[in-house]
Amino acid sequence: MDDVALAADGGEGVTDEVAVLGAGMHPWGKWGRSFVEYGVAAARAALADAGLEWRDIGSVIGADTVRGGYPGYVAGATFAKALGWQGARVASVYAACASGAQAVDTARAQILAGLADVVLVVGADAAPKGFFRPAGGDRPDDPDWLRFRVLGATNPVYFGLYARRRMAVHGDTPEDFAQVKVKNAAMGALNPNARYRSRVTAEEVAASAVVADPLRLLDICATSDGGAALVLSSMEFARRHGQAEPVRIRAVSTVTPRYPNTVLDLPDIATDSAVAVDPPGETFRESIARAAYEEAGIGPEDLSLAEVYDLSTALELQWYEDLGLCGEGEGVKLLRDGATALGGRIPVNVSGGLASFGEAVPAQAIAQVCELAWQLRGEAGDRQVGGARVGISANQGLFGHGSAVIAVR
Amino acid sequence: MARTRTPVVAGWFAGEGDGFRLLGTRCTACASVFFPREDHNCRNPDCSGGELEEIPLSRRGRVWSYTDSRYRPPSPYVTDPELPWEPCALIAVELEAERIVVLGQAAPGVTVADLAVGMEAEVVPGVLHEDAETTWTTWHWRPTGVKA
Repeated sequence: MDDVALAADGGEGVTDEVAVLGAGMHPWGKWGRSFVEYGVAAARAALADAGLEWRDIGSVIGADTVRGGYPGYVAGATFAKALGWQGARVASVYAACASGAQAVDTARAQILAGLADVVLVVGADAAPKGFFRPAGGDRPDDPDWLRFRVLGATNPVYFGLYARRRMAVHGDTPEDFAQVKVKNAAMGALNPNARYRSRVTAEEVAASAVVADPLRLLDICATSDGGAALVLSSMEFARRHGQAEPVRIRAVSTVTPRYPNTVLDLPDIATDSAVAVDPPGETFRESIARAAYEEAGIGPEDLSLAEVYDLSTALELQWYEDLGLCGEGEGVKLLRDGATALGGRIPVNVSGGLASFGEAVPAQAIAQVCELAWQLRGEAGDRQVGGARVGISANQGLFGHGSAVIAVR
Repeated sequence: MARTRTPVVAGWFAGEGDGFRLLGTRCTACASVFFPREDHNCRNPDCSGGELEEIPLSRRGRVWSYTDSRYRPPSPYVTDPELPWEPCALIAVELEAERIVVLGQAAPGVTVADLAVGMEAEVVPGVLHEDAETTWTTWHWRPTGVKA
């Protein structure tokens, strides 16, 4: 290949692809064991899925656990040691809920740069019970500590603000939100890796306790234990390994917001002011998806399925619009038309989503890509999207971390 | 002995009664406004960075959204575990002049049933909690009665 021409093209157009050789999970739940155990189980599952041995891995990228909003346990070296030191290159990343996408991005960069042929990406966590809370001690210089200290603003408070705003601006109702849970629970019931595997009715959502008005307990995702892993490789390695047409990662978006960010984001107490600089023409979440589409050279009309971060039911509707699956304010219509259910035009969260998994922060964005891989291979069993060719995952991490992955087959 | 009144965060608000205001900062180079205050660097990516001067924010704005906490928040939020938790409303208010949305607790007695997106709210002095020596003060948003 002409290196000079490649460099000149580096800032535009489609990035080279990497292959997804293996995907694996430790089932989500509240198992009460160490994150290391979940991560190792997921890693071994992904290696077995890829038909590779641990000694074949040239690099390990770990998504760090989250403790008090900030990096908790170092992941990469911990998993490498637990699997048995074999000298692989190692890195650990932290981007809160977006850590998994950064891990995939780092692995991809190493592969495309020729630093490693085969990379193991692992994320796992054992989530503490109850609300996520900030780190201890007096930390008045920490925005995550301040929102709890000054306002008692838990994560569901922010989800409640977004939900109420949608009700006022778009006319969404709590009954609409409940239908997201009904849909995702029905699909999660088909997924052996999901924590919650029972169907849920709209009446059950309406009967659950209000946590942050207008959202109820069954509108909001739980915190879970779980682990997910991927084995990624160069396309050349995949061919040598007998994988002529593997699932490929075509884009990874890890963008930051653009000033002024006028949507109130966790853990902030205020938005940026737009008094001196007009806001960009798109929100941060919209820009996460656009960057992925541009890199992949595709648009929302090309998607077979999407895995989005349904921290709350209302937030899933927001993602429909931010991904361009429908126009602004049309999320409820898309849902009510059945377009995002299994068998619909663009199924969303056929894994069951966070509604069925609960959040194991560093594993979650990796788990989204695992689901894309299984769907694109046609190995998703009862929840298979027929003829799936292109999938996107999307989420947003605390402190301004964009995350989206586009996979194709 | 009387308790000392101490702001829960220094420099974020000042004044009494009708003179109470949130305090932000403004870049003397590009006029960007910041709350919570930025004292060391302007965050406008196209600004080379001017001095940041303290300014009071508008007293009134419009409700952008609202919610409440039906469950007791974890520490460092301070509550008395002996007392039952009373749901606390939170309001995000958009200030027209500054083009900013600022979150705050609602004034005591205000519940989500009293609120609607678009109604006017004003900032008022409030008490976050008290301990043996200190009354920790904060800002509250209170609807003015002017509807959307």
